[in-house]
Amino acid sequence: MNAVTNLGILRCALVGTPNSGKTSLFNALTGSRQKVANYPGVTVERKTGVLHAPSGLCFSMVDLPGTYSLRARSPDEEITRDAVLGKLASETPPDFLVCVADATNLRLAFRLVLELRQVGRPMMLVLNMMDIAKRRGIEIDTEKLAAELGFPVVTAVAVRKGGVDALIAAMDDFALTRAGADGVCSWKPPSVADLRAGQNEADRIIRAAVKLPAKPDSLTTKLDSVLLHPIGGVICLFVILFVMFQAVFTWAQPLMELISGGFDSLGSFVRAGLPPGLLQSFITDGVIGGVGSVLVFLPQILILFLFILLLEDLGYMARAAFLMDRIMGGAGLHGRAFIPLLSSFACAIPGIMSTRVIDNRKDRLTTILVAPLMTCSARIPVYTLIIAAFIPNKNVGGIFSLQGLVMFGLYAAGILSALGVSFAAKQLFWRQEMSPPFMLELPDYKIPDPKSVGIGLMTRAQAFLKRAGTTIFAMTVLIWFLASFPQAPVGATGPAIDYSLAAMIGKAIHPLLAPIGFNWQISVALIPGMAAREVAVAALGTVYSISGGDVESAVGSLLAHQWSLATALAFLAWYIFAPQCASTLVVIRRETGSAKWMWITFGYMLAMAYVAAFATYHIAVALGAG
Amino acid sequence: MLRESPPVIAKHASLGRAKPGFRGRIAAIDAKGNGSGLTADELERRLIELGFVEGASVEILHEGLIAHDPIAVRVDCATVALRRREAMAILVV
Repeated sequence: MNAVTNLGILRCALVGTPNSGKTSLFNALTGSRQKVANYPGVTVERKTGVLHAPSGLCFSMVDLPGTYSLRARSPDEEITRDAVLGKLASETPPDFLVCVADATNLRLAFRLVLELRQVGRPMMLVLNMMDIAKRRGIEIDTEKLAAELGFPVVTAVAVRKGGVDALIAAMDDFALTRAGADGVCSWKPPSVADLRAGQNEADRIIRAAVKLPAKPDSLTTKLDSVLLHPIGGVICLFVILFVMFQAVFTWAQPLMELISGGFDSLGSFVRAGLPPGLLQSFITDGVIGGVGSVLVFLPQILILFLFILLLEDLGYMARAAFLMDRIMGGAGLHGRAFIPLLSSFACAIPGIMSTRVIDNRKDRLTTILVAPLMTCSARIPVYTLIIAAFIPNKNVGGIFSLQGLVMFGLYAAGILSALGVSFAAKQLFWRQEMSPPFMLELPDYKIPDPKSVGIGLMTRAQAFLKRAGTTIFAMTVLIWFLASFPQAPVGATGPAIDYSLAAMIGKAIHPLLAPIGFNWQISVALIPGMAAREVAVAALGTVYSISGGDVESAVGSLLAHQWSLATALAFLAWYIFAPQCASTLVVIRRETGSAKWMWITFGYMLAMAYVAAFATYHIAVALGAG
Repeated sequence: MLRESPPVIAKHASLGRAKPGFRGRIAAIDAKGNGSGLTADELERRLIELGFVEGASVEILHEGLIAHDPIAVRVDCATVALRRREAMAILVV
């Protein structure tokens, strides 16, 4: 209950067209008191928050996905439509609506406002970004507008301190006078004629109440003359993509090393304090290792999303989609898939999380399916180990190092297979569906709001830790368990892992892996190797009883003597495709909302790995490398 | 008073064929026979929802590198990107 009135908590929904600054407004009103979850049954994000007004009133706010019309064309827009109409089973209908419009771009917003008016729910209109409008010489008669529309109109500057005070005061006013007084809902899905009439009426209202400047704004046009130039624009885009890739790939490294180093020290500290045995192993390898293995992803996720949020708020993402549309389309991929796929070269987990920039569900799923095929940085230690041990260090044609060529070949195999799988997925799963046409608004360039970017980053990090982190941690502990139980009996001669469940599983699947040239040590190492790809090196070390010192070179020399070239090549081919990363599978499950796509990914990658390793092994043996 | 879509006059130029720098006004939307896989109705609705109605001023600002596709069009005060295939439905004077 409120101190001021007996109103209780008022429910208010923010609605508006995309690019209206709705999110900045939501952040300004609710600050850090917001929560992000999913609407039940769909992968649409549900953003809610609480506003405690200075007057004492309390508003529960929900930020609905942006839409151009209540006529829903995607799961996001369906949520908005159903929430506004009060038809969402999981939600209490809002007491009133707050429509948000960009004061510098009113045409489409007003058409939506007129459509919303038909719903009959109490509503008010906020004209956001008034500072930019004033600067451009746009004069808006808010009283005339309120008279035309029939409900209150206020202005706001979401990104400025105090810029939403007028809005909050208006909301207080509104709550006390009008909330809850529903009118009749006369909305039905608009026909072509309805939409046309709506736009014409919106244009008429704008002519009546808004004075536009003689000359339109030119900053965006000037920037676009470079950034959308057919050649200059593409060059700028590649530079930006390169910087972003470098940031995620290289600049994240020191932070990641800091985190894993920190957890290693913590582990040693605990190891020194506890007597050796199961408890010590559980706490150091299981728990601390598990938590560390989750947190180590954070630097890359944060850096990637920092770039994405900045580019999105700047307005550049739409330009990037414009430039990439034909190139990606030719490869059968969505224009916006380039960022997730590019980031997947560093690590597929932030890449898969960033597929949310793709609105179309089918394209998003396809991108998620192929992201793990991009040669991620965790594969590099495995590739480097095998190549150094088995590929002779000589030059081809005088310039190209044979080892470098093989590495390049492995990368190329990853990319080509991704294109192939993307094509196959489209044929297999979605042959009937047409892609929606490429039509999007190119918003004016705007300076990003640091507060919104900060809140966005925090939201992403929390979402990752809560949704994926808990499961990744559980998987790591499970894998530790498999590799540690049962313990080696006293007086055992072989490495401890030989007696564990992992070894039992490995030896059980060994007959299946023998045809592709894998010996039992490899079969066993693949089990702990499911935790992450780079773990393969340490896992092989454990199985071959190598520990301490420079594990990598010791393992390398051992393998060079024990494995045939054919086996080594088959192992490489296996690692191009095999789903040896439980964390990736977990994130796929979380981002797609169901385990189905996770199993599909696991299945197809396993199948491709087997076929590739089989072919490689037998061809190599036939050529005399066995 | 509802303004219906005026009857299509065959001799109107199509925005889909215009070059960057072209300026004009939308005379009509004719989405029949469009190559984008949508029904004529659905394409027309999507175009109107992005502001393409009769009487709006249009100007082609930019075009893509490959096959001059897609195009960036200023519609009154907003800027919209779309493929020429869909822009063929927008008839201009």
